[in-house]
Amino acid sequence: MTKFNAWNVIKNGLNGQSYWTRQWRDPEPKSSYDVVIIGGGLHGLATAYYLAKNHNIKNVAVLEKGWIGGGNAGRNTTIVRSNYMMPGNHEFYEHSLKLWENLSHELNYNVMFSQRAHVSLFHSPGAKDSVSRIYNIMRLHGTDAELWDLKTLKKKIPHLNYHNSRFPILGAAVQKRAGNARHDAVAWGYARAADTLGVDILQNCEVTGFTRKNGNIESIQTSRGIIKGKKIGFAVAGNTSVLWQMAELGNLPIESHKLQAFVSEAVKPLLDQVVVYGVGGAHFYISQSDKGSMVFGGDLDWYKSYAQRGNLPMVQDVAEAAMAIFPSLGRIRLLRHWAGVMDMTMDGSFFICKTPISNLYLNAGWNYGGFKASPASGWYFADLIANESPHNYVQNHNLERFEKGINIDERGAGPDPKLHG
Amino acid sequence: MKTRRIDNYGKINRDKILSFRWDKKNYKGFEGDTLASALLANNIGIVGRSFKYHRPRGIFSSGVEESGALVTIGSKDRRDPNVRATTQELYNGLEASGQNAFPNVNFDLAGINNYLGRFFAAGFYYKTFMGIPPLEWGKGTAIWMFFEKFIRKAAGMGSASGLPDPDTYEHAHDFCDLIVVGSGPAGVAAAIEAAEKKLDVILVEQDSLIGGNQLAENDFDNSQIKNQLENLGIKIMTRTTAFGLYDNCVVGLLERVTDHISAPNVNIPRQRFWTIRAKHIIVGAGAIERHIAFNNNDIPGVMTVNASKHYLNRYGVLTGKRIVIATNNDSVYETAHQLSEAGANVTVLDSRTNFEIETNKSFEIRKGYVPYNINGSKKIDSLDISKSETINKSETIDCDQVLLSGGWSPAVHLLSHRGVKPKWDYNNACFLPSDTKENITMVGSSRGLWNKNDCIASGIAGTTDALNRLGISKTNYFFPKPGGWKNPIQPLYEVKYKKSRSKSFVDYQHDVTTDDVRLAHREGFISVEHLKRYTTLGMANDQGKMGNIIGLSLMAELLNKEIPEVGTTVFRPPYTPVSIGALSGRNVGKHFRPLRVTPMHQWNIDHGAKMIEVGLYQRPWYYPKENETLSDSYIREASTVRKTVGICDVTSLGKIAIQGPGSTEFLNRIYSNGFSKLQVGKARYGIMLRDDGIVMDDGTSWRLAENEYFMTTSTGEAAKVMSWLEELLQTRWTDLNVNVTSVSEQWAGVSIAGPKSREVLNNCVDDSLVITNNKLPFMGVTSTFLKGNIPCRIARISFSGELAFEVYVKSDFANTMMDLLWENAKKYDGCLYGLEALGALRVEKGHVTAAELDGRVTIDDAGLSKMASTKKSYIGSAMRKRGVLKNNDREILVGFFPTNLKETFNAGTIVCEKNNIKGQGIGRITSVTYSPELGHWIGIGFVKGGLDKWKDTTLVGADPVRNKQMNLKVVSPHMIDPKGERMYA
Amino acid sequence: MIRINCPYCGERDHNEFSYGGDATINYPSLDASEKEWTEAIFFRKNIKGFQFETWHHSNGCRMWLVVERSTVTHEIKSVKPCHPDLQKVVKNNK
Repeated sequence: MTKFNAWNVIKNGLNGQSYWTRQWRDPEPKSSYDVVIIGGGLHGLATAYYLAKNHNIKNVAVLEKGWIGGGNAGRNTTIVRSNYMMPGNHEFYEHSLKLWENLSHELNYNVMFSQRAHVSLFHSPGAKDSVSRIYNIMRLHGTDAELWDLKTLKKKIPHLNYHNSRFPILGAAVQKRAGNARHDAVAWGYARAADTLGVDILQNCEVTGFTRKNGNIESIQTSRGIIKGKKIGFAVAGNTSVLWQMAELGNLPIESHKLQAFVSEAVKPLLDQVVVYGVGGAHFYISQSDKGSMVFGGDLDWYKSYAQRGNLPMVQDVAEAAMAIFPSLGRIRLLRHWAGVMDMTMDGSFFICKTPISNLYLNAGWNYGGFKASPASGWYFADLIANESPHNYVQNHNLERFEKGINIDERGAGPDPKLHG
Repeated sequence: MKTRRIDNYGKINRDKILSFRWDKKNYKGFEGDTLASALLANNIGIVGRSFKYHRPRGIFSSGVEESGALVTIGSKDRRDPNVRATTQELYNGLEASGQNAFPNVNFDLAGINNYLGRFFAAGFYYKTFMGIPPLEWGKGTAIWMFFEKFIRKAAGMGSASGLPDPDTYEHAHDFCDLIVVGSGPAGVAAAIEAAEKKLDVILVEQDSLIGGNQLAENDFDNSQIKNQLENLGIKIMTRTTAFGLYDNCVVGLLERVTDHISAPNVNIPRQRFWTIRAKHIIVGAGAIERHIAFNNNDIPGVMTVNASKHYLNRYGVLTGKRIVIATNNDSVYETAHQLSEAGANVTVLDSRTNFEIETNKSFEIRKGYVPYNINGSKKIDSLDISKSETINKSETIDCDQVLLSGGWSPAVHLLSHRGVKPKWDYNNACFLPSDTKENITMVGSSRGLWNKNDCIASGIAGTTDALNRLGISKTNYFFPKPGGWKNPIQPLYEVKYKKSRSKSFVDYQHDVTTDDVRLAHREGFISVEHLKRYTTLGMANDQGKMGNIIGLSLMAELLNKEIPEVGTTVFRPPYTPVSIGALSGRNVGKHFRPLRVTPMHQWNIDHGAKMIEVGLYQRPWYYPKENETLSDSYIREASTVRKTVGICDVTSLGKIAIQGPGSTEFLNRIYSNGFSKLQVGKARYGIMLRDDGIVMDDGTSWRLAENEYFMTTSTGEAAKVMSWLEELLQTRWTDLNVNVTSVSEQWAGVSIAGPKSREVLNNCVDDSLVITNNKLPFMGVTSTFLKGNIPCRIARISFSGELAFEVYVKSDFANTMMDLLWENAKKYDGCLYGLEALGALRVEKGHVTAAELDGRVTIDDAGLSKMASTKKSYIGSAMRKRGVLKNNDREILVGFFPTNLKETFNAGTIVCEKNNIKGQGIGRITSVTYSPELGHWIGIGFVKGGLDKWKDTTLVGADPVRNKQMNLKVVSPHMIDPKGERMYA
Repeated sequence: MIRINCPYCGERDHNEFSYGGDATINYPSLDASEKEWTEAIFFRKNIKGFQFETWHHSNGCRMWLVVERSTVTHEIKSVKPCHPDLQKVVKNNK
């Protein structure tokens, strides 16, 4: 593998780009692996990478039914932040953010993580107090967090609607280390790095069934033949229930919902931060990609769905939410909108846990916050698979937490998956 | 500068001269021109710069597929970046300029990128900018963010104004039996057939004129067609794009109402976003001509063949004098004729060697030749050509224009929105629409028909298909076979340049070259989705309308596969970009969300209320007297309530009428406390849990009669509680005979609180005997009359801890009630009080609200264990003590004082032990106020283990985001009158 | 846009309705065990394909409906009131 750096970019520039080679191999499946990760999205690829890197488990396969990074990895609005407050969640996401900060170097792949600040607007004194609770907890964990008053906000982001907003903008809670990244690059970067360590990335390899033996999963039937795995991990956001039922494991605390994402035509720099807000039943987040497109989104489509396409009412809703704080967007044009299928859970928090099958491990339930979680998700899922017991941070992120009354519900919305956006 | 406009051609109105500005210079055009045709007529070749290499860009097309002529229109707050000059109608005074260039598109300093292009291959930015070059030393993101600033500035196309959009937009809705997209021969035939069969038809056309590609014919006149359509009652919508197909035959349309008018009436919306609910959709969206990749195939002067035909016959512009047409199919020959008839010297290079075509010999045909390389940089000087059998430069043709036709791609986009994958057709070298179960039929050239007669036949067949599917007819029909040219097309996507470093463009706007596709292949990005994402092919404004197929075919060739094996990406809506303004319509500014007000809203404002947003409501926040601050005001108001009397609008509380024989049982199941023994004429405070045993909401229910209750809920949860009750009654407890009705809007309510409240009320009710302590004890309810014969409901309910009443009248009487109460309250030096004082009073009493009940709190956490009945089962009773919820180290409701009573604190403060100020802490402060009664700041909140554990320990309140930290004393949440003697007075 | 044929109001846009959830859940009696309630409240079949689900016509007649709908194509096969008595009323009126 050719190292990625300016030197080699120039060298290849002079040589007609001819030295570059495949970024990851296209191997034939082996008959068995120490660990088989099902799902070639960000979480699956990151897990494979950290299994090899942190735990020296290199006989690993990642099974992807289509092309890596083709699911929610490439459908999200690329926001990276750690403004979570529930025990375990905060530590987990903060570790993820720390991994993000050095990810380009770690993977030798520019994932373009831009720590341009995540600015969460508030619109009432009460909202300021509730967000202060979260941001105080962040600070008490040593994480950066601050409040911007209106004056600071106006200076930093001059063209928000400070004049005739239905809900006045009073200030913002800000995490400066947060920002956005280039989603595809993360998938490719993990794939290339994992591949270099010996991981087999098997694309077009759809799982069609499992063979059980002595309570364990002995082998996996795939579109590319039967593959054995001593340990097996699921990391198939959006389709977790389908695989779970294929393994005859019954029900999960998950419902699949779809979330739309939107991208505009590219314009010259217009917004330098990630801006989010939620008020009056609306929820909205926006940033500008390095290419110049405004990338934004809002709520779920509000009904369960496995379809990767959205419907008009939410398009309208999100456009309204955009205009409400960003009235200059009126003349910017929407270029594309699409949807991804989210594992929405009963408390809005994820699962990195063991399962009723002793050699099967579950990574699921990322709601619509999975992108930022990818590095830590891979880190702690690999840790669980290697050590067979969960790290402290994820000790409650299991399927038993509901029965045990353990609450890691960031929004306090209760057991209705669609409310945990 | 000489004009390219020629006499006796075009459908423009030469009597109506329009002046416009391009890059700060004045030009003239005619009514009926597009900006592109007017620019071409004025001999302006360079109209833009490309995204990455900043190469000069001319006009490639005459339609929505344009990926070169993206310009900025208008100025100041009406500046529109990235407008396609090819679809922008010219109007008098139009101001346009080139973009992505400095100082201008003719001379762009960033053009240097073109020479550095060898380093900027696809994906180069993934490989560098991570650290200090050349070896990417360093850690973290700082170095990337340094480079990012420059990259961001270089990227983007036009620049947005950043100013609020001054225009208005509108949402509109319609229904029809059949919507036909596209007014070419197929669409028109379908619409006529359907209207004759009595269907209600909408015909949508993105252009300003109907006719589709017929508008490029010199003898085409659409007036007869238009009359016929109108006479049949077909609703014709021009300048309207069907941008997306959604579930159940719902179509999103964008109508451009004033974009073509120079000084539009400001009362007319700029654009209109239509939601059409149809029973069937016929798509005759046409086909898009492709270009061919070869070296320097982007030099201004390169255009599709069909575009030049449009410019000639529709706009009277001859786009070149010495024209070379390069093709692989029959579609160009009519155009070649017409161009040479119009005075151009035309040479056709046809990659095919063996074919017959009838011509009048007015132009030369070079069989078996393909374009190889264009010489020139800002304009075409000459074209190197090659034999198609062995690619190499064979000779050079002197020319000023190169027209390309690499085949046609049916516009299958709308069907693709429905998740229907197109299928590759080898004979016609294009993707054709597949069948779908949904009520959508593709007709005309968008199903690969190249002859007008076939298109018309397909339109009629399409309508028959629609009628059959709608169950109106059962008629046999057939669609003509795809194709229609005399000689088969010969696939031709790229003419490979022999020298290294070719600039053969696949995607003009994003500067994706054939070498980029090859690099993507070399690096393993071989799936179409990876190819697209790695090279950004097809991700520009045109979404790959022209270039995608070329990219696919190159990848197929590299993989030694056929195009269908490589597949195609899914087209996403919108078909052409749609302004965010149109999508949001009139719901902007203050109209973003409806404003809810109480019936005494104006009364409150007239009496000095400052309002605050609570959900969608505006409620009185405080009633300042002269010069009073919020703090002065609420302290005065709260003190007044404790001293004499205050009046507060509580109308926003949710109000639900519960009626029927099962009502008592119903309440008993939904509230945690018992309701079976509540007497008629009494109210009770109740707590509702969720299924999972967590507190959902609190409120009161008043027993008005044996089988009738009046329930109040919190303002925030009103809608949720209502839906919840309906769900329970309609899905789970269908045996209960209970009806619930929201009466929130029907009743106006006030709280009248304070030691003088009864005296005030005495003066306001018809019969003061009904509100004596005996007749109306604490939690008593009565239905009586206010003076003036106003029926009302009164309950003796207190949120403030004082003697207090809630009075409800029908909403119409709200202002009368307020006048009456206020007139009498004034006599006792009473006050009007708002939410801030209400909050102060309830914090003093330790009453919980949404700030405390955050969806994670149990009834025991909230210190309300005695409200949880042990004698019955109710929603949440099974789950409220599961697992750790029964632990006794949970965070329990307490009160807080700052140890130093002069200090203040904020809600959202985290409570910690003194030597351990970090992490989650051991609790939190949820609500604070200055207590007028106690003379210092107080708060309520939660702490692990509750009051008993910490009452003698000094804790610390940490509020780092507000730079505050203070010592705290834990006290009982019931800080005033804990026995409630005042309420019972 | 999903179009839902409300038995009372007629065919309307889905955003007039609020999605409820899995209509096949049998909620246990109020005094049932934690285990039964945990299963009912927290665990879902999450069917990919046709499922019975509840919708509330919240901006219409406020009826709770059972809808048989594909979670993949959004195609709807049937719509009826959740409440059996309302089912009868609707039927009789037709």
